[in-house]
Amino acid sequence: MDGITSNLPDTALVTAELAWIEVGRVSDIPPAGARVVQSPHGDIAIFRTAEDEVFAIRNRCPHLGGPLSEGIVHGARVTCPLHNWVIDLASGGATGPDTGCTGTFPVQVEDGSIRLGLRLPVSAV
Amino acid sequence: MGKRKLVVIGNGMAGARAVEEVLARGGADMFDITMFGDERYGNYNRILLSNVLNGSQDPAEIVMNPLDWYAENGITLHSGAPVTDIDRAAKTVRSSAGVHVHYDYLLIATGSRAFIPPVEGMTGPDGKLRNGVFAFRTLDDCDGIIAHAKKSTQAAVIGGGLLGLEAARGLINHGCAVHVIHIGNHLMEQQLDGPAGAMLRASMEAMGVTVHLKKATTAVTHDGEKITGLAFKDGTTLDCDMVVVSAGIRPNAEIGLRAGLTVERAIVVDDKMRSVDDSTVYVVGECAQHRGRVYGLVAPLWDQAKVFAENITGRNRDAAYHGSKLATKLKVMGVEVAAMGITEPVEERDEVVQFTEPKRGTYKKLIVRDGRLVGGILMGDISKAAYLMQAFDRDTPLPEERLSLLFDIGAPAEKVTLDEMPDEAQVCNCNGVTKGAIGACVAGGMKSALAVMKATRGGMGCGSCKGLINELVEFYAGGEVEEDPSIHYYVPGVPLPTDELIDAIKINGLKSVSSVFKVLAGGKEDPGSKPGLAVLLSMIWKSEYEDERDAKFINDRMHGNIQKDGTFSVIPEMPGGVCTPDELKRIADVAVKYNVPLVKLTGGQRIDLVGVPRDDLPGVWRDLGMPAGHAWGKSYRTCKSCIGTDYCRFGLGDSMALATKIENRFRGIDSPGKLKLATAGCPRNCSEAYVKDIGAVAIGDGKWEIYIGGAAGAHIRKGDLLCVVGSHDEALSVMGRFIQYYRETAKWKERTYAYVERVGMAKLKSIVVDDSDGIGARLDRSLQESIDAYVDPWLERDAPATSHQFSSLIPVP
Ligand SMILES: Cc1cc2nc3c(=O)[nH]c(=O)nc-3n(C[C@H](O)[C@H](O)[C@H](O)COP(=O)(O)OP(=O)(O)OC[C@H]3O[C@@H](n4cnc5c(N)ncnc54)[C@H](O)[C@@H]3O)c2cc1C
Repeated sequence: MDGITSNLPDTALVTAELAWIEVGRVSDIPPAGARVVQSPHGDIAIFRTAEDEVFAIRNRCPHLGGPLSEGIVHGARVTCPLHNWVIDLASGGATGPDTGCTGTFPVQVEDGSIRLGLRLPVSAV
Repeated sequence: MGKRKLVVIGNGMAGARAVEEVLARGGADMFDITMFGDERYGNYNRILLSNVLNGSQDPAEIVMNPLDWYAENGITLHSGAPVTDIDRAAKTVRSSAGVHVHYDYLLIATGSRAFIPPVEGMTGPDGKLRNGVFAFRTLDDCDGIIAHAKKSTQAAVIGGGLLGLEAARGLINHGCAVHVIHIGNHLMEQQLDGPAGAMLRASMEAMGVTVHLKKATTAVTHDGEKITGLAFKDGTTLDCDMVVVSAGIRPNAEIGLRAGLTVERAIVVDDKMRSVDDSTVYVVGECAQHRGRVYGLVAPLWDQAKVFAENITGRNRDAAYHGSKLATKLKVMGVEVAAMGITEPVEERDEVVQFTEPKRGTYKKLIVRDGRLVGGILMGDISKAAYLMQAFDRDTPLPEERLSLLFDIGAPAEKVTLDEMPDEAQVCNCNGVTKGAIGACVAGGMKSALAVMKATRGGMGCGSCKGLINELVEFYAGGEVEEDPSIHYYVPGVPLPTDELIDAIKINGLKSVSSVFKVLAGGKEDPGSKPGLAVLLSMIWKSEYEDERDAKFINDRMHGNIQKDGTFSVIPEMPGGVCTPDELKRIADVAVKYNVPLVKLTGGQRIDLVGVPRDDLPGVWRDLGMPAGHAWGKSYRTCKSCIGTDYCRFGLGDSMALATKIENRFRGIDSPGKLKLATAGCPRNCSEAYVKDIGAVAIGDGKWEIYIGGAAGAHIRKGDLLCVVGSHDEALSVMGRFIQYYRETAKWKERTYAYVERVGMAKLKSIVVDDSDGIGARLDRSLQESIDAYVDPWLERDAPATSHQFSSLIPVP
């Protein structure tokens, strides 16, 4: 499971091309819930809010790395299951103590199918 | 006129406070504000790091300026990277992340960092603190210390000042042996004299901290990877596997130096808190040196922030800072201390007034010069602190009767003292809140102490002034004080106590969490209240309850306890701690088949398979073929038992059989708090039944004592005797009735130890045992319905409650 999560230097990721990858349908995700996509950037949680908005953020709480995908979703926020930090799904920022480091990823929804925007390093594409 | 650009370097207590003061003076219309913070967080209350370290507060609780605050006030925050350069000619600053901005006015509030003495082995080849060596200054330091302390057996704290002692206290709570290494002759030399230091040392040692005085550390020894100990100048050594360095602080003034500002011990400022070299650069907080002094406590920076704001907004361009007199009130290892000014007489005319009562740990010493207070130490009893600190701060003449300085003799009525207290008297030193500010809040309509504390932040620091704030709110509000009503609610987000909430839910036929918020809370959803409501609704409606999985905490969705790496623990049921060899084999087979990383006995006499990934849960449950042990939620958990009568020489009652019956009857019943039970075959209490939520203790002749409200977790309490019963069946029936009454009247997360004290044993006995309200039969019936509706949640392995319950991953092509 950890095999493909790499520690590529950030610069490599930032300079790489943005690629849109199909990651299933909105209906694959429970309302006010999340599922996880494994990527070279580590696990990415795809959230679906009760209003059917879709967000993608790194599946690691900026506090102590808790799996955000397992948290309770309320509005466009999720509460980390480990220590109740509240993370804004749109910005990835904690509304409790902040860190700018929970990365967010662009998503597009078309006809119910979700596409995730990833900057894949050239070697991984 | 367009807005001017105000740039703030340092997003800590002084920087954020200064910006708040600017905003309070209409600064949002005058300035575009940009803040830079090296730390990855919004501003938090650094003082409370001690509480985070000792586990009494969560990091989230100490945040003072959450991200929302910056956004709401139009402030641009660049956090997570330091400013590296100031170009005063071009009026720009640049951060290590490459952010480059222009300023019209600059505020430097970079605070201090921990001083790391140049001791061999302290740092690694990379110049950073070696693995296992920590400073204690930031939230990240705290996280590191906590994580390391969990594995540590012996920790050393270098430095016996206030912070070092706070660190020692925090470490003790994480279960390691703690040594404080202090180079001086006594602890807390800044604040205390020799006798007070010695008394403090005795209190610390009584609590299990070993104190080494007059010890100079010369080396941190290590095996290249881990810390192994400390070596001292006197040739002695100490084994330890972690070190917290608390040997003083150093102002972060280098940035001023590089920008060509005058820096001595810190960046030198004038009375307007402006750099002496540049009228557009201001400096506040621990990185500022004013009239030769650099401060290390928060009180001065409140005043500095005000003076800065008055000047920069043009409110009062004559506003000037005249320096602060430092007085501190603190609690070290549970000992209350107040200290101000000098600790020893220095001039011949200095007069010392002193009282010692070592047996009670009370020490009071005042130094009086020309009839005015110039120094003071109060320990153990600090009831006179407020008065003395004020006399010290204002230099007021002291009464001739010196005894009255130390004790309240024929004390004037309290009202008079509150009345006499001037409006500008500081009530909360941690957050700089005056008596007048509290008065203004109450006048503005806040009638509860909690509301006032939230609004002013008073009492949210060390908390030692909470009592005084309560009194002041009462004083101002007259008879109209209100306590915070939410303390009586079942959950904070729905304004009803448990019994009324149950009625309202039934009357309105509310079967889902969202409908409760809609009808009973004005449509406002409170995420923290959801899990509690889910439990209450399922108790009321049983199978008719409309389960909204998103309202449930992950543990209740996965029927296991989430671990810090996101895996789960699987604990099968094992009534009375008994299992068959076959079951034991299956557990072992499962552990092998699924590569379970840890197999561990729990405190509740069961076997825990720790570290099972979510996707494996159904398979693990299936292969175990045992029912869920309910070790995750707010519900009946387990019933421990001793071996009872079958084999024990002392057994008076069959505790194993009773425990098995209890588990078979109450398994999985959810409730406001966890229910941990035990049965003991005799009063020797091997199974600890006296300290359980419900305990049964055999006393012979087939009789059992039933105890309720015991606890032996973070809170320790011996249970109260509810009644004595004559059989297993009677025990089950009285326990069941108590459980149901608790389910219907306790607040969410209110464990029985708190519940029993709130409701009172007399009332509980009369309702549960004597059925004084005539509701016994109804309670029994309601509980029976819940028992009948119980379904083993692990059966969801074959019929998942939602389509992706156990598949967290989306397969990507
Ligand atoms: C554990 C602990 C307990 C304490 N208890 C008490 C107490 O009980 N009572 C009391 O009065 N005081 C106490 N203090 C002291 C109090 O916290 C400080 O006096 C106060 O925080 C000083 O505020 P400041 O803003 O000057 O510095 P800080 O709060 O340290 O803030 C400075 C901020 O600037 C940032 N920074 C530094 N350089 C840069 C840069 N180049 N670019 C961007 N950002 C930068 C830092 O990362 C930091 O976040 C305690 C301190 C600690 C550590």
